[in-house]
Amino acid sequence: MSENTPKPLSRRQMAWRAAQDIPDGGYVNLGIGLPTLCGDYVPKDREIVFHSENGILGMGPAPQKGQEDPDLINAGKQLVTLLPGGSYFHHNDAFLMIRGGHIDLALMGALEVAANGDLANWITNDPHAPPGVGGAMDLAAGAKEVRILLEHTTKEGGPRIRKACSYPLTAKACVKRIYTNLAVIDVTPDGLVVREMVEGLGLAGLQNLTEPTLTLVNDWKKLTAPAV
Amino acid sequence: MIDKRVRDLAAAVAGIQDGATVLCGGFGAVGEPIALTEALLPLGVKELVIVANNAGTGETGIARLIKEGRVRKVICSYPRTTDPREFEAAYKTGKIELELVPQGTLSERLRAAGAGIGAFYTPTGVGTRLAEGKETRDIDGKSYVLEKPIRGDAALIAAYKGDRWGNLVYRKSARNFNPVMAAAGVLTVAQVSEIVELGALDPEAVVTPGIFVDRVVVVR
Repeated sequence: MSENTPKPLSRRQMAWRAAQDIPDGGYVNLGIGLPTLCGDYVPKDREIVFHSENGILGMGPAPQKGQEDPDLINAGKQLVTLLPGGSYFHHNDAFLMIRGGHIDLALMGALEVAANGDLANWITNDPHAPPGVGGAMDLAAGAKEVRILLEHTTKEGGPRIRKACSYPLTAKACVKRIYTNLAVIDVTPDGLVVREMVEGLGLAGLQNLTEPTLTLVNDWKKLTAPAV
Repeated sequence: MIDKRVRDLAAAVAGIQDGATVLCGGFGAVGEPIALTEALLPLGVKELVIVANNAGTGETGIARLIKEGRVRKVICSYPRTTDPREFEAAYKTGKIELELVPQGTLSERLRAAGAGIGAFYTPTGVGTRLAEGKETRDIDGKSYVLEKPIRGDAALIAAYKGDRWGNLVYRKSARNFNPVMAAAGVLTVAQVSEIVELGALDPEAVVTPGIFVDRVVVVR
């Protein structure tokens, strides 16, 4: 297999790719940061209900200039809008929806994911930075499906998909699918299975950047995204 | 006649004492009862335990209490919200204690207090650092961690409109933690943008029934 220079996806392209898998009619929670961008790239023919942990169903995009309402924000404290059919509720109901298994899909960022689906995304090992967990543990424990967006490697080039997480866990064995800038990988009982890889990268190249053993499905596809 | 309206902020927070556990509504600064929180300063109370989703934004509300050295401990889910400068400064110099609680567990611990529940098992946090030292139990093949209620000596909340019975409605995502905290405070005080005549709030749309509210004060 030829391995030329790989063409990693940009962060927005990663969000675009993850958004293509959001099911029509789904109740979906987008984590703060990169996953929030997925809302911009849902295919037009799908109706999705976005949930926000601070008490919103039917959350819409950022407001037009002049339409901002300071009482209407998302989990990342950015101004948002409400779509027709949307509703407001209090925090306990927002987390009843999460913990009670009513959210079909949670898309989150991560520091690391392990081969068995363990997730670490709430605390670094910096003793001076106060830790913050927010709703991450509730989403990881309660959503029907958890999918993760993360850069395939650290800034130093080390693997972020690990045999076991080196950071404290958010939840055990909760991740089902991983979208990186290089690949789409499923977490299965038989280990990590590669479904898509970017052009210029073969399994050996991807394996070099990944700690646990990867398996490639026979009908794997090229991971591509439009220039978004 | 039932009349929970009080004339000013001093009357609204009167009786809250040193060392009190104070629940503060809000998600970041949205729905945060900033005026009520800052009214604790002239009251002179210290050694407070503040329970909120965040640990103060900028230099107002909870952040101002921290800056003035009135807070011993914060129980919250996410201290690193937008502009957490006062909490971070106090935390880095060891002047403040932090108890970190997953956001849904925080909400449920407050609900349990208001609902008279002694403790509850939740799947959130199982197998993580935040479950260390807590009882865990397998129920029907799934693991849970035991969590206890958080009752407030006082709950300070923010609402949009209220009446003299203490019935409250909210605006958009400013509702957040306020209703669940209203029921979890021994003394619950609401700051509202407007007080309306009894009967003016649509009873089908009242979010917090007045039974949970002891005092209402207008803050414009």
